[in-house]
Amino acid sequence: MESRVAVKPRHLLLFLGPAMVGMAVFYIIPFLASLMISLTEWDGLQQLGLRSIPPFIGLENYRTILGGPELRRVLGNTIYFIALYIPLVLAASLIVALLMAGDRPGVVALRIGFYIPVLTSWVAGALIWRWVLSPEYGPVNAILGAVGLPQPGWLQDRRWAMPAIVLASVWKDMGFFGMILLGGLQSINPALYEAAEIDGASRPAQFRRITLPMLSPVTFFVVVIGLINSFQLFPQVMIMTENAGPQGATQVMVERIYTYAFRYYEMGYAAALSWVLFVIIFICTLIQLRLQKAWVHYG
Amino acid sequence: MDRGTPVRLRAAMFYLVATAFAIFLILPFLWMLSTSFKSAGALMVIPIQWFPRAPTLAAYAEIFAIFPFGLALRNSVYVAAMTVTITVLSCSMAAFAFAKLRFRGKEVLFASVLATLMIPQQVTIIPLFLVMRSMGLINTFTGLLAPSVFNGFAIFLLRQHMRTIPNDYLDAARIDGASLPQMYMSVVMPMSVTSVATVAVLTLMQAWNDYFWPLIVLTKERMMTLNVALSRLNGQYSTDYATLMAGSLLSMIPIILVYAAAQRYFASGIHVGGVKE
Repeated sequence: MESRVAVKPRHLLLFLGPAMVGMAVFYIIPFLASLMISLTEWDGLQQLGLRSIPPFIGLENYRTILGGPELRRVLGNTIYFIALYIPLVLAASLIVALLMAGDRPGVVALRIGFYIPVLTSWVAGALIWRWVLSPEYGPVNAILGAVGLPQPGWLQDRRWAMPAIVLASVWKDMGFFGMILLGGLQSINPALYEAAEIDGASRPAQFRRITLPMLSPVTFFVVVIGLINSFQLFPQVMIMTENAGPQGATQVMVERIYTYAFRYYEMGYAAALSWVLFVIIFICTLIQLRLQKAWVHYG
Repeated sequence: MDRGTPVRLRAAMFYLVATAFAIFLILPFLWMLSTSFKSAGALMVIPIQWFPRAPTLAAYAEIFAIFPFGLALRNSVYVAAMTVTITVLSCSMAAFAFAKLRFRGKEVLFASVLATLMIPQQVTIIPLFLVMRSMGLINTFTGLLAPSVFNGFAIFLLRQHMRTIPNDYLDAARIDGASLPQMYMSVVMPMSVTSVATVAVLTLMQAWNDYFWPLIVLTKERMMTLNVALSRLNGQYSTDYATLMAGSLLSMIPIILVYAAAQRYFASGIHVGGVKE
């Protein structure tokens, strides 16, 4: 409910002014400006400040992006990441949530422990993982070798670079999504399980028929956020793989935007790339919202 | 119904799976800890040393010697504290206006706030950089911190909470002669402590872990935050893992301490962020 408090204009300015000016200057105007920039061509002259207004080239940047091989390669890498990351992080965070849900001894330690990677910054996390996955001197390959399994080259191998990044990402995110799923688990009505017990349903049946459907709205949230994050993959790629991996195996959208804008100073091309990314995320989220009717169960 | 042995079997399964996940969770941290106490010579040996054979603090001395690491730590703490202060202050005031005041254009303005939630950072970052550069704000904390004056998610969350404060409290304050700023200070803020703390914690985590924007704005060594400093260190000493691991470890300590102290608000932040009521 609104209060009937009389508002003096100067008070309104005081309360709303800072945030609304911030919204306009740092979000809305740059949002529109990047669309304008994406229609221009940048070269050394802008960088050196010799020409202030870059030449207008219409949709040329978009034509280059959509017609060239780079977008296909970069999206291919991203889809490869998603195909591995989403199922793995869902399974891992569901297991983490189930582990954290009980009242067995040690559960509190688990709840704190699984959250520590979430608190760790990606820069530190990525440095740690690069060293853990060192093919010669890392503990992962030492363990694999000890039990007689093959020892991949991880970040130095074109085929293993992306799986390595997926592994680190699952490690970093499973605690966060696990906590969210735990909230969902705890809000399931216990009466449902009691009724199932009386009907003689087995544990696995209860899990399939009660837990998974009742958890589906929260799972949906995890998938949507997980997908958006996947498209915005950046720090782990920057730190774990130099120059985006062997033969560009870990080149992804945000890494390309950063490289074009702040290494090559091709601001126009980079801005166009960012709009392509925005549209992809937007369409992907819309599809998600459509698809949810098929599998999300709002009780 | 399954009783008896299966219960013990389930417990065994629980601890088996828990152990497997605990190893996956902890192995990188143990390796970081172990490496940070190794001498340079003990890094690249085969077979690997799970525990340093001759533990040394050399890496910790090194990191402060080759890089103004203490300064980066101080910068990070300063940037995180300022970001939280600016965001909480500015967004709680705006949220109060959206929740409790009547003025023209409110709906349109609030709809714009929600619309900004859909804009990814990568889209705005290039114009934002150009604006900051033209204003000479590159390599300044002002440039780094200015965008935190607006946070659409924080305004939304706080406004939702402030709407539940009964108007009677505000009316009573008004009858007592309180002005609008006084109402905000002595009625609205004290009654919104939980959601303000949640926003503060979420903002803190975001500020502490932020990498993209600081990487672009801060290029001078003495301005760098921990994340930028660590990644710079990585560029120069990419094989000196003892030093890199010591730096990573040091960078984790402050945020874990805050987490230990304010765990309750972290949990509520996750639920606000994760599940819509």
